[in-house]
Amino acid sequence: MPETSELHLAVALDGAGWHPAAWRSPDARPQELFSAGYWADLAREAEAGALDFLTIEDSLGLQTAGRFAGPDDRTDQVRGRLDAVLTAARIAPHTTRIGLVPTAVTTHTEPFHLSTSIATLDYVSEGRAGWRPRVAASPDEARHFGRREFPALTAQNVTDPAVAAHLRDLFDEAADAVEVVRRLWDSWEDDAVIRDVPAGRFVDRDKLHYIDFDGRWFAVRGPSITPRPPQGQPVVASLAHAGVAYRLAARASDVVFVTPSSAEHAAQIAAEVRAAENHLERPRPPLQVYADLAVFIDEAPGAAAARKHHLDDLDGAEFATDCAIVAGTPGELADLLLGWRQAGLDGFRLRPGALPHDLRQITGALVPELRRRGAFRAGYAEHTLRERLGLSRPANRYGAGRSQTGRYQIGAA
Amino acid sequence: MTKQVILGAHFPGVNNHTVWSDPAAGSQIAFSSFAHLARTAEAGLFDFFFLAEGLRLREQRGKIHDLDVAGRPNTMTVLAAVAAVTRYLGLAGTIQATYNEPYEIARQFATLDHLSGGRAAWNVVTSPDAFTGENFRRGGYLERGDRYVRAAEFVQATRELWDSWDSDAIVADPARGEFSRPGARRGRFEYSTENFGISGNFTVPRSPQVHPVILQAGDSDGGREFAAHSADGIFTRHSTYDAGRAFYADVKSRLARYGRSPGSLKVLPGASFVLGGTPAEAEERARHIRRQQVSPQTAILMLEQVWNTDLSSFDAEGPLPPFDPDPEAPSIIQGRARMYDDPVAVARKWRALAEEKHLSIRDLIIEVTGRQTFTGTPASVAAEINRSVQDDACDGFILVPHLIPAGLDEFAATVVPLLQERGVFRSAYEEGTTLRDRLGLGPARPAASWAAARREHVDA
Repeated sequence: MPETSELHLAVALDGAGWHPAAWRSPDARPQELFSAGYWADLAREAEAGALDFLTIEDSLGLQTAGRFAGPDDRTDQVRGRLDAVLTAARIAPHTTRIGLVPTAVTTHTEPFHLSTSIATLDYVSEGRAGWRPRVAASPDEARHFGRREFPALTAQNVTDPAVAAHLRDLFDEAADAVEVVRRLWDSWEDDAVIRDVPAGRFVDRDKLHYIDFDGRWFAVRGPSITPRPPQGQPVVASLAHAGVAYRLAARASDVVFVTPSSAEHAAQIAAEVRAAENHLERPRPPLQVYADLAVFIDEAPGAAAARKHHLDDLDGAEFATDCAIVAGTPGELADLLLGWRQAGLDGFRLRPGALPHDLRQITGALVPELRRRGAFRAGYAEHTLRERLGLSRPANRYGAGRSQTGRYQIGAA
Repeated sequence: MTKQVILGAHFPGVNNHTVWSDPAAGSQIAFSSFAHLARTAEAGLFDFFFLAEGLRLREQRGKIHDLDVAGRPNTMTVLAAVAAVTRYLGLAGTIQATYNEPYEIARQFATLDHLSGGRAAWNVVTSPDAFTGENFRRGGYLERGDRYVRAAEFVQATRELWDSWDSDAIVADPARGEFSRPGARRGRFEYSTENFGISGNFTVPRSPQVHPVILQAGDSDGGREFAAHSADGIFTRHSTYDAGRAFYADVKSRLARYGRSPGSLKVLPGASFVLGGTPAEAEERARHIRRQQVSPQTAILMLEQVWNTDLSSFDAEGPLPPFDPDPEAPSIIQGRARMYDDPVAVARKWRALAEEKHLSIRDLIIEVTGRQTFTGTPASVAAEINRSVQDDACDGFILVPHLIPAGLDEFAATVVPLLQERGVFRSAYEEGTTLRDRLGLGPARPAASWAAARREHVDA
């Protein structure tokens, strides 16, 4: 089979899984959700399945049952989470090949810190870092910082002009944040460190660059304190449900996670994404489009649906999330992935309904099924995440006209 | 009772102390270098690994400083990875309070504490300047007097956040369907002061130490007082025996007014070292290292920091400038604190010394700037360290090797066993599992108790 026929598969890790009652599953480890061992085991499992990358969810607010509601009092669902970037860094030394793509919020945070933290994740993982930028729109999260006042959000008012403008601003701010982060990654040329003993010079200051970003929300001078990361530009991936987010993805990202409800819908979204892209002069390869799917997988026909229903019963409500939900056998899911792919998708990000159960089903059953069909790699061939996604190591925007020979050596001491 | 020595391992910093021109000098940014130093420290049973932070590349005469090691990782992110390659070692990170908010810092340190099984420490730094602030949306400048008020409120806010989950809030009992205990406090907080007005829900449940260890770096009166009312340890420059004794007595005397015992605040000077098989060999190595640390270019640059003017036309192997500094001229150096209060007096002293001893610029700089704290055989260095600790010049040292990544190897292999023989350093990690246990700090005091003690004194 030609390589182009192979799917890209990522897994989205969050707490005990995406179903709010997943922590009550028989093999769940609810006591360990805040321990390094739990996350390292999940990462190793995902790597055993040769998945492209894993993502780790994050938010600056506590989980809540209602999408627009503030914190709630429910004691029957998981509440609490760790910082995702640090979790990714903690598991990096336990893995060697899988990409690590944590979520980090752009709204109340410093682009400078985001840039150095993802660059550092790229160093500690030797070229496997990515980043999912996320906006934090809620007034509750704004109060955690006490520097800005945000309007209340409800299911009804998201189309009010003032609220819509607020959301547009947050996405514009996020795009500016990604721009600053990317410029800082390039602010050291690859061969800036010269260690020239006779001249007494450690760095060639002509290869360090001010980024001089001056935008509506912040100004950042640069250069970074962290040398250009191993991949040059770690992978930026964003989740998008609608036009404003497609435009952010087109401006800022390498990969976009979308949420189609059917193959036809996937085709429509892919077309919207391409249209958003065509509006811009994108300085990078076309966006790779991944569909998000929440999955419940069991080998026995009907078992996954029954398991999901049982979790629904425990939770007292039918599971709903912002993407399509599939419960089926590995074969049924493989059929669906290969069918939807025809709509113009590059891959899928699977959200396991329950952890570790559905992750083990992905690596132990879905992946072998896709391999039998010639649609998934036998193992890892590439070292960096960019390489795996077919993205070349980009030239440094500040190094124009100069050769880029001094690339960072993976595994260099 | 014999005091136990505390040892920290400082990853070499971005200044001329770190020798990059030596053939043994490795990468300042590859993770393998951080892992190497951390593993050495753990093999040597050190208390903690220590990382400094700088958020803007230094400049001199409007140009990025190019003579010293430059380029470092994000402190928190690299510490999280170091947690994966160590089991017992404390993980201390320097983080500027000025360019962060309490919610983020509390979240990151609580996360690191969870992910390391209770080994996190925060070295609080509050030296804002407009130059570094140009990299941040918050800007940076604070009046000097406001600095420690904001710092104290900042640390208090993080402690409130760390306390915001009940210790038994998470039950994770599938049979009862209770992830959290009904009625338990789950991150609810409200903190309102002159500098902060924040409220909401903290996302990270109580971490193993509850409060990561708080260190403070800064020797000024304000810094000492801040350490006395808010910190568990103080990272100081006062590494010599006499200066250390005075500093130690002063800092410890400030504790009683906050209701604290002398043992609740550890005094930890930064210290460099050179070892040799004989005293003469150690001296010779020290001289060689000092010449590596002070290249001809570095000598001129350090002279410029006093003269505050362009001296690039001077020969480092020749005599000093015949003229005095201009104290009125704007500072040529940015990105680090001004180092000399009275540059004219310093310049005159240096010129007199150079003339008396017939020193070139480079020789003079080697003579007058930071020599190694300890130079000698492993036995003499172990004796000096122990003397400083037993005589209350400090409670231990944060050792700063001059080489990345192997600069601590010899110390761990030769000096540590001698401290163990003296019965003043652990022979296994057995004090408990957390860094607080290791340092003998006891369980974390609730945030409210810190605040009350501080308030009582300020109001009194």
